[in-house]
Amino acid sequence: MKVWHTACLITLFGASVLTVQAQSLERQSSYELMSPENKAMQDDPTLNPAMFWVAEGEGLWQAKAGEKNIACASCHGDAKKSMRGVANHFPKMIKGKLQTLEGQINQCRVGTQGAPSLAYESKELLSLTAFIASQSKGMPIAIKETASNQAQLQKGRQWFNERMGQLNLSCAQCHEERAGLKLGGSLIPQGHPNAYPIYRLEWQTLGSLQRRLRNCMSGVRAKQFEYGSSEMAQLELFLMWRARGMSLEAPGVRP
Amino acid sequence: MSKTSRTSITMPSTAKKGSIIEIRAIAQHDMESGFRYTESGKLVPRDIIRVFTCTYNDVEVFKADFYSGIGANPLIIFTTIATETGKLEFKWTGDDGYEALNQAQLIVT
Repeated sequence: MKVWHTACLITLFGASVLTVQAQSLERQSSYELMSPENKAMQDDPTLNPAMFWVAEGEGLWQAKAGEKNIACASCHGDAKKSMRGVANHFPKMIKGKLQTLEGQINQCRVGTQGAPSLAYESKELLSLTAFIASQSKGMPIAIKETASNQAQLQKGRQWFNERMGQLNLSCAQCHEERAGLKLGGSLIPQGHPNAYPIYRLEWQTLGSLQRRLRNCMSGVRAKQFEYGSSEMAQLELFLMWRARGMSLEAPGVRP
Repeated sequence: MSKTSRTSITMPSTAKKGSIIEIRAIAQHDMESGFRYTESGKLVPRDIIRVFTCTYNDVEVFKADFYSGIGANPLIIFTTIATETGKLEFKWTGDDGYEALNQAQLIVT
């Protein structure tokens, strides 16, 4: 009864205040901030340029490589079955090491196939990542805090909240405290990694979460974390945990 | 040695005679403008798609010239009138011997 009473008062006197509050509490994919045209580009596979990489990745999945002359499919079979619900669990602890999806692909290549590892942002690695991630499209991000990943998650949380660079800003200051406000002409998104790899119109190509994170780091004039570094993996882990339960959109389109 | 890349066509497979059909044609291409420099100051040579054509039973029904200002992975959406059952052929040609071909069947009822 009391709750209702309060709700009534809010409806009468502060409807707009309530909406603003609800927005800041609710987690929101930056998909919601896009124009209808850009949303259509992501939603319609015939318009989404990232589907070229997915198709390429499907080919690579079947292609034999390395000294052992085996393909991803040789061990993992049909990706539609075996890779469904995989990307939404990464980064994860594998044999005591925190591994990102890209890191695990390279682990398989080097350790199992006997092939050279793929460079970050190379067409091959992006294609395989996009192909694997797209198998989990629509599934909720399923990162949990566990005894084994706790320390890594804590480090990631620390990177997220620590000020860095000449501008002396933390991720949280923009993407948590000021999310929904504007930076220049653009809305500041909450910074959830729920659509990677993304086709970013600004990049004119597909890119990984690490590329996007390095963007922000260069923006605040900080020394960027290296591709494939443990710092990157920890930050990725924290961001995925922060976005837990949100639906995976991979491969996404962003402006 | 000519270059090629993935392309994708989206259009209806059947249409009523005289109706307008929408065709979407997208090609995977970097569309390097020729105005950019590398970190060491060297000009990156232009590498773009120059011409896109669509023929309908060997009759050209659509043609577009592309320029440096067009972004990567260009998508073209155009329409034509379904006149007769047959084959639509799509061709992209560009710098450095780039050529990509695609085709689609249309049944007109």
